[in-house]
Amino acid sequence: MLSLTIDGKKVEAEAGWSLLDTARQHGIDIPTLCYHEAVEPFGACRLCVVELKQGNNSRLVASCVYPAEEGLEVFTSSEKVNSVRRWILEMLLSECPASREIREMAGQYGVNTTRFEVKDPEEQCILCGLCVRACAQVVGANAISTVGRGAQKEIGSPYLVPGEDCVACGTCVTVCPTGAMGARFERVRGVPSVIMARPGK
Amino acid sequence: MQVTAKNSADMRLGSLEELEKLRSELLAAEDPDQTKIIVCHGTGCVANDSPSVTKALKAALAAAGEDIKVMPGIKTTGCHGFCSRGPLVIIKPSNIFYQQVKPGDVEEIVQKTILTGETVDRLLYVHPQTGETLKTTEEIPFYSGQERVVLSNIGQIDPTDIEDAFKAGAYAGMAKALTNMEPGQVIEEVTKSGLRGRGGAGFPTGLKWSLAAKHQGGQKYVLCNADEGDPGAFMDRSVMEGDPHAVVEGMIIGGYAIGADTGYVYVRAEYPLAIKHLVKALDDARAHGLLGENILGSGFNFDIRINRGAGAFVCGEETALMRSVEGKVGEPVPRPPYPSDKGLFGKPSVLNNVETWANVSRILDKGADWFASLGTEKSKGTKVFALVGKVNNVGLVEVPMGISLRNIVMEIGGGVPGSDHFKAVQTGGPSGGCLPWEDADLPVDFDSLIAAGSMMGSGGMIVMDERDCMVDVAKYFLGFLEEESCGKCFPCRLGVPRLRETLNRFSKGQGTLEDIDDLYSLAEAIKAGSLCALGGTAPNAVLSTLRYFRGEYEAHILEHRCPAGVCKDLITYSIDPEVCTGCRACSRACPQGAITGEKKKPHTIEESLCIRCGMCMESCKFGAIQVI
Ligand SMILES: Cc1cc2nc3c(=O)[nH]c(=O)nc-3n(C[C@H](O)[C@H](O)[C@H](O)COP(=O)(O)O)c2cc1C
Ligand code: SF4
Ligand code: SF4
Ligand code: SF4
Ligand code: FES
Ligand code: FES
Repeated sequence: MLSLTIDGKKVEAEAGWSLLDTARQHGIDIPTLCYHEAVEPFGACRLCVVELKQGNNSRLVASCVYPAEEGLEVFTSSEKVNSVRRWILEMLLSECPASREIREMAGQYGVNTTRFEVKDPEEQCILCGLCVRACAQVVGANAISTVGRGAQKEIGSPYLVPGEDCVACGTCVTVCPTGAMGARFERVRGVPSVIMARPGK
Repeated sequence: MQVTAKNSADMRLGSLEELEKLRSELLAAEDPDQTKIIVCHGTGCVANDSPSVTKALKAALAAAGEDIKVMPGIKTTGCHGFCSRGPLVIIKPSNIFYQQVKPGDVEEIVQKTILTGETVDRLLYVHPQTGETLKTTEEIPFYSGQERVVLSNIGQIDPTDIEDAFKAGAYAGMAKALTNMEPGQVIEEVTKSGLRGRGGAGFPTGLKWSLAAKHQGGQKYVLCNADEGDPGAFMDRSVMEGDPHAVVEGMIIGGYAIGADTGYVYVRAEYPLAIKHLVKALDDARAHGLLGENILGSGFNFDIRINRGAGAFVCGEETALMRSVEGKVGEPVPRPPYPSDKGLFGKPSVLNNVETWANVSRILDKGADWFASLGTEKSKGTKVFALVGKVNNVGLVEVPMGISLRNIVMEIGGGVPGSDHFKAVQTGGPSGGCLPWEDADLPVDFDSLIAAGSMMGSGGMIVMDERDCMVDVAKYFLGFLEEESCGKCFPCRLGVPRLRETLNRFSKGQGTLEDIDDLYSLAEAIKAGSLCALGGTAPNAVLSTLRYFRGEYEAHILEHRCPAGVCKDLITYSIDPEVCTGCRACSRACPQGAITGEKKKPHTIEESLCIRCGMCMESCKFGAIQVI
């Protein structure tokens, strides 16, 4: 057992637990977007950041991927932490304004409007990559992937060529935290191999 | 050179003694009276057609054959760092330095310098400030101000000839390490030298190695980061092109120290000459028994593979680089686990930069104490910089750590054209920041640069003058990083474009002072929240320019004015009728036809047609065109 403090409270953790696991185990809430128990943590959305303090030094780490260590002092909602969360949420509001989940979460942080330009009012996808990881790690089908880099990144079939790997299981739709996958399912997942099974091929 | 199986067996060196014997034999075979003509065949000089100079030189020497007592040798080398003056020809041992040599100049060089020892004065370097004509490399401040450790053999040896490298001491440090030292002692030596990584963050190399070495046994890897993606940077390319053996040797030493039997060089595919020289160096090293099994009879087995990177900037980040070598998407992954525990293919791995590896070779050869005598207390040794921008001597320079910015730019760099100072020096590439003239005496070392809001980075150094707009510069670097962001984590993918958009508005004269406060806040969130150092350092360009040049930001926002005359929406071009001669150069240069006027009478610019491209200004020989 490891012992550390979270928000001033002494807590225990098993070796191998992340800070997020540890916090949740002790009923401390940390918001997440790209995390799901069913798949490997990814560390992408950074909503789960927490502050680690060591003497005068402090830094932010993503709690979903950072391991619990003996003696850590963790703060889950310091000003530094909340500032990062508010900025991410405000930017998400302009990026995927159609997501009710994002609007709600932003609202909890007092972010109800965005100073940034809305590009596509219909957009819901936050590019958390959960659908891609679930399809690969849970289903083993690898039918969807992220394509492109940086601001051009999107969810699509690998190399944007519709494949035949999708088994139409709907896992991606289930894990999607924003409802985006439901809306783009037909477009990005390619053609299910069950339908495409062609004799002799 | 074709290496057959048989003579490759013959060439194998079985021990340190055999290597040293070969080295002495090669040195003894040299003719001390022979003049050597060095022609630079680095990428820069080759682009300026130095191979034709070499060809002409061979022909001229052959033609003059009978008159020459001892036929000079011609040696083609890697980059001498002064590419802007290329093609370079240097006559050894007197070190006469000829610049911008064309094939047509060669006959005169042979007739005068080779036959009678006179110099061809028009090919010599002229000091940009004093106007003095300087004859040898030692007299030229660009070289005399440098301290060449990593670059010591570059420009001296033929990088495709391992025997030439032997003569310069190649593999001596490695032979010593493998023969006379335990792996732990090698790590101790590197630790004692104080070497810190040259790839950006300055992490202590010895410490990095010891973290990987503590895993007993099992598969491990060493890797060389030759991704060099910073715009304008060519330090690592020059090292690989000009002295590939220094990198190979360093990696063998590192492999021995941590217990790895395989090394990877991750090099960008856009570096064909570097790859070619590296491949040749690896082949020759193998043929001499310096790679492969039982190296120099030590029982240590090691080999190196080359991995060509597709060129994404983010692939230079260590975790992304390892994923890319594994054949996966080149995106960063969270640390821990650190590569020293779980790196390439999940095995303990050490990744170092090209220059770091080259330093390792020198340290094992000359000793940790020698290395630690160079530089400052916490930044030992030297650093190679690519000095570019508004500076007279553009090129690659190596200086001791702790030297001042003023010394690098004003002495070695020969100063700023048309000015007695620089406005700013940008260090650290896209991750770095801009330092003002007020900081000219700042010692250039890892910690001082960080404290000043910039960083060492891999060694880019861009000199800027009063015609460079700091808002525009920050915008440029953010634009670069926005393009290169992998898009995995949200603060970087979403935040960097937002920073750039805000600056975009400033450069149009829009925005408010509150926007500057928001900029600080968002910048801090991106720095603190991003997954990898690309996002973690991306705001530096904004933060450092705001720190030192806030007045310039305010001029854009409050006065709708770009003091440097760069931001197109805030400037107008006009012609001073007193100065204009009516030569028509500008009206011909203007792509918009915005300039009219009678011949020999003052011309005028129609503002509504002008797209502010500045072509007219460049074309005017009389300086009649102003920008306000
Ligand atoms: C976006 C990004 C790009 C990088 N590019 C390079 C590079 O081109 N070359 C390099 O040596 N290090 C680069 N680095 C630093 C590496 O991650 C790593 O720290 C370095 O190679 C370690 O070697 P060193 O300890 O010898 O400096 C980059 C880092 C980041 C975050
Ligand atoms: S429905 Fe298709 S794309 Fe979605 S998880 Fe299942 S296999 Fe993958
Ligand atoms: S579709 Fe849903 S799960 Fe997939 S990346 Fe977008 S938001 Fe995440
Ligand atoms: S900081 Fe930028 S480059 Fe690094 S992982 Fe995040 S999105 Fe990718
Ligand atoms: S939940 Fe941890 S980074 Fe997304
Ligand atoms: S390539 Fe010749 S000096 Fe750089």
